Amino acid sequence: MSFRYTPQDPWREADEDIARFVEKLLSKPSTGAAGPTGTWRVLRPVIHTEKCTKCGFCWLHCPDDVIQWSLGQYPSIDYTYCKGCGVCASVCPVKAIEMVIEGE
Amino acid sequence: MAMQRKVLIGNHAVAEAVKLARVQVVAAYPITPQTLIVERIAEMVERGELDAKYIRVESEHSALAAVYGASAGGARAFTATSSHGLLYMYEMLWWTAYSKLPLVMAVVTRVIGPPWNIHSDHQDLLTVRDAGWLIAMAENVQEAFDLTLQAFKISEDKRVLQPMIVGLDAFTLSHTAEPLDIPDQKSVDEWLPPREPIPFVLEPGKPFSVGNLGPDEVTMELRWYVWRSMERAKQVIKEVDREYASKLGGKEYGGLVEKYRLENSKYVVVMWGAWSGDAKEAIDILRDEGYPIGMMRIRFARPFPREELLEMANSAKAVIVVDRAISMGLGGIFSTEVSSLLRDRIPIKSVVAGLGGVDTSYKDFYTIFKKFIEEFEKGETIHWIETEWYMPWMKV
Repeated sequence: MSFRYTPQDPWREADEDIARFVEKLLSKPSTGAAGPTGTWRVLRPVIHTEKCTKCGFCWLHCPDDVIQWSLGQYPSIDYTYCKGCGVCASVCPVKAIEMVIEGE
Repeated sequence: MAMQRKVLIGNHAVAEAVKLARVQVVAAYPITPQTLIVERIAEMVERGELDAKYIRVESEHSALAAVYGASAGGARAFTATSSHGLLYMYEMLWWTAYSKLPLVMAVVTRVIGPPWNIHSDHQDLLTVRDAGWLIAMAENVQEAFDLTLQAFKISEDKRVLQPMIVGLDAFTLSHTAEPLDIPDQKSVDEWLPPREPIPFVLEPGKPFSVGNLGPDEVTMELRWYVWRSMERAKQVIKEVDREYASKLGGKEYGGLVEKYRLENSKYVVVMWGAWSGDAKEAIDILRDEGYPIGMMRIRFARPFPREELLEMANSAKAVIVVDRAISMGLGGIFSTEVSSLLRDRIPIKSVVAGLGGVDTSYKDFYTIFKKFIEEFEKGETIHWIETEWYMPWMKV
């Protein structure tokens, strides 16, 4: 479709434009507002539970809030949204998180 | 309504308009020749004459970022800058306009270096012409005041909702005292009520982010809504111009352009800014000598007065565009914009003068316009394909 614009009913058109503009420009906090960002991942963090001390450090540092953890539990990673940045592996005090090339 | 006559320099006239508009947030960083605007506003806030939050920031980029935030929070906000300061804001100009946030900024036009130069040409202001702001330029102190007050009304109009720049020339207006008429606060309050909470308002407890990453199609669609706002703004500018005269007793200028002695004009001068006044004097002399010449003074560069120029070309025989800003490798900025509209309809001559703030008097304009008329009458318009540089002090 191609468009040209000459105002016909400026007040009504303005109302419609503002509603559409705001809907597209603003985003409210929600899971995956920018789509399944896990597809961006090159390296996948893998938790080796045999080394993990359940300290929650990875949960605390994850910049995308994709690690679930509660006291006394092993952490788990939501791979739908994890971008594979590796912060969790870097901060893990016992090196229990390994970054594995995606697809291997 | 009761008008009060005062004598003010351009910068203080702008500050007076900001006060009358009951601006709520001002953020600014000093730069000559703009500083006197925000200094005067700071004094007004300090004395309790203006109930506004005044934010001192460490750069122009931050100044615009701060008022962006204020506008996103629903406040009426204002900033001012010049030249290098405007360029330093460049990124935030785009964020403001493409978030459709109403805002007013005064730009005291000043040369961009090198070499360092604080005088007026129009390069700084015309460099930001694609950033989505409405851009107006005053001819005198009264118009700088009027445009600043009107800018809030235009920018906040639901049909527009785009930020607006009011330009005024360095020193010629910014530091020159002229008499002007100022409407009373009560009349302004009735005409300019507090800002409506549109297009959106950030509030504590209702979090959202502005301009988050999204599909490319979203970006283009958002540009389309800004385009539509700019088209609607033309009508709003004319309405506000008329209302300002009928409700506040001010002058009606004519909307996007001002027509000066255009009736029966065979030759038309197109230009903008304070030096248009000197050019008008040259036009008066040429008229007395029998030359049918007039001026279409550009008041708004964006939205561009497309319809007004096309209409003018129906009756005029030749146009001269005098620019104080140039796009290197192409030509005078307004001349290329006017040419893009009128090139198949009418011969157009492009002259660049006064770059770097070089003083250009009515005598210079007389010389420039007379040469233009003589060239047209001799049929020498073929040369007009190139921009001509007017530099009378240079020896060949």
